[in-house]
Amino acid sequence: MSKSNQNILGIYTYVDVLVDAIKKLRAEGFENLRVFSPVPNHEIEDALDTGKEPSKIKYFTFCGAILGALVGVCFTVLTSIDWPIVTSAKPIVSIPPYMIIIFECMILIGGLSTFLGLIINSRLRKDTSPELYDERFSDNKFGILVNCNPDDLEKIENILRDFGTDEVQVNGVLKVEAKEEEIKEEAKEEEIKEEAKVEEVKEEEVKEEAKVEEVKEEEANPDITEVKND
Amino acid sequence: MSNFDSLSASEKYSHLNETVMNMLNKPGWGWWAIFAVDMMFLAFGIYCFIYQIYTGLGVAGYSHPVLWGVYITNFVFWVGIAHSGTLISAVLFLFRARFRMSIYRIAEAMTVFAVATAGLFPIIHLGRPWNFYWLLPYPNQRGLWVNFDSPLLWDVFAVSTYATISSVFFFIGMIPDIAAIRDTVVGKAKKVFYSVASLGWKGSSWEWGHYTRAYFYFACFATPLVISVHSVVSWDFAMANTPGWHTTIFPPYFVAGAIFSGLAMVITLCIPLRYIFKLEDYITMDNFDGMSKMIILTSSIVFYAYLIEFFIAWYSGNKYEYDQFIYRAVGDYALFYWIMMFCNGIVPHLLWFKKIRQNLMILFIITLLINIGMWFERFNIIVISLSKEFEPGSWGLYKPSWVEIGITVGSFAWFFMFFLIFVRTLPALSIAEIKEILPVPKKNGGSSHE
Repeated sequence: MSKSNQNILGIYTYVDVLVDAIKKLRAEGFENLRVFSPVPNHEIEDALDTGKEPSKIKYFTFCGAILGALVGVCFTVLTSIDWPIVTSAKPIVSIPPYMIIIFECMILIGGLSTFLGLIINSRLRKDTSPELYDERFSDNKFGILVNCNPDDLEKIENILRDFGTDEVQVNGVLKVEAKEEEIKEEAKEEEIKEEAKVEEVKEEEVKEEAKVEEVKEEEANPDITEVKND
Repeated sequence: MSNFDSLSASEKYSHLNETVMNMLNKPGWGWWAIFAVDMMFLAFGIYCFIYQIYTGLGVAGYSHPVLWGVYITNFVFWVGIAHSGTLISAVLFLFRARFRMSIYRIAEAMTVFAVATAGLFPIIHLGRPWNFYWLLPYPNQRGLWVNFDSPLLWDVFAVSTYATISSVFFFIGMIPDIAAIRDTVVGKAKKVFYSVASLGWKGSSWEWGHYTRAYFYFACFATPLVISVHSVVSWDFAMANTPGWHTTIFPPYFVAGAIFSGLAMVITLCIPLRYIFKLEDYITMDNFDGMSKMIILTSSIVFYAYLIEFFIAWYSGNKYEYDQFIYRAVGDYALFYWIMMFCNGIVPHLLWFKKIRQNLMILFIITLLINIGMWFERFNIIVISLSKEFEPGSWGLYKPSWVEIGITVGSFAWFFMFFLIFVRTLPALSIAEIKEILPVPKKNGGSSHE
């Protein structure tokens, strides 16, 4: 992760606000988005305009099917010619029964190449970097991952927060909202009046810090310290 | 039920994940007990097979003129069971039938395991099963190739293609769900297993984009495949000139019969599973209703085929054909014939009544009867036709031996072994697809179906 390539992740519970956030980000010129969802969703697809670039899997499917059919033709015809023996008084190369073999080969190779196309196109195996992924994305949360310059971090964070994100992570580190911190400071000043509340907030702080600490340990990343200083 | 309905859309998503994770918990004594009993039956089946190999095919009941007995009956039966899984996962997917979502994983698993069971029988019924690979076309020292004009070879291609494609289809469908398990599962070994199996799935928009396309193409391939496979199986019979086999109605009749028996088997499996794992929120009465209606449809097609066969036997003026069908109805095997007629033709029509469709106990019994009826259908086609062919001098009767029955019971145990392991290791409900039919979590304007 180079310095110019910062990753900021917003986690959402609701699809409609997520879609609004995507639209806003794209309007602001941030096109390097990756949206996570537990379920395929047309609104997200539309917001991302994925229809512009249709999936290339169809080429895999088509070529695989044609190849399979050709394999079927060659297999049956060539082996029959290789050892010509008349069975049931039928021609050596009898097309009607071979159609069945050709059909099965077409389906077999076409299907397997579709599977290959899926693995290659969706970059399933390639994409193994300790990316910003949250385990809740397979449960009930949605996420937007924006890849951007360090200068844009704050702007993107504001957009994400304006559209009601649950939380923001920068390069894998949970980022506490600035406003919340201010409130906490105020609360500290009014310690005498609201002791109990302060205690709670403190506990929260400790928890959040612990989280930060955990992530820090997991990713020995020079960028993290920078972020924390923010 | 009402509890589930009161959850918010987002909570429902989580509830679904939890439900599936609960199914993967460490199995209790109940599961182990069932598994142990299952293993006992399987062991007996394996013993019978080994006994048959050592002693020779004589211990199996089939001999001249009935040289295809219970083993080929089982083969056709299990291939038939497999078909409805693909129907539910592929054909109903193309038709956008929403009731398929929560049951299709179970149906697909059933497909894969049923094909794995069916594939054993052509090998078991060989006198020298270790030479089964002679059926495969491979370059050999004799320079011979297989006979591509033979329906038995079409079977080899059709069934092995079907096994491969349905397994891959099964796996593709599970990728996002395995990823969901990976994200919550505890324990290092399990984590590694599910991580590898999920192929690094993250659920990002481009993954979904390619995934839904690939799934669609797979469904397009699987749909004609499922029709071709059972047509090919029917040609094993229809290509021969044996009375009772040599008819053009066989492919559609077999395909309808396969889907009919498979649907019954899906219901047979779903009802106890739903009860044991408390899946009432997901496998709803609507699912059973939809499947029951399809049973009525396919049962009607099958019953029509039974009747039209009689008509054509008479109308064709072919004495052998005509006598064959009269023999089926009143001859030595008449009991099995009428069991078939009753279970496949009459009983399913009880499902026209909504009250019966909604009563799971009765539905369960009906589907069991259909399974029995469909097994006897194959038995009747194979055995009755072979026992009385053209030459009265070569007529003969067939009775299954204890070895054949043992292996048949073993095949059921073999199928259920896979199924029992499946419900404890892999997501039996399709997490991602059920989320598609659950309301989408929305902040403004409540929640909606997209």
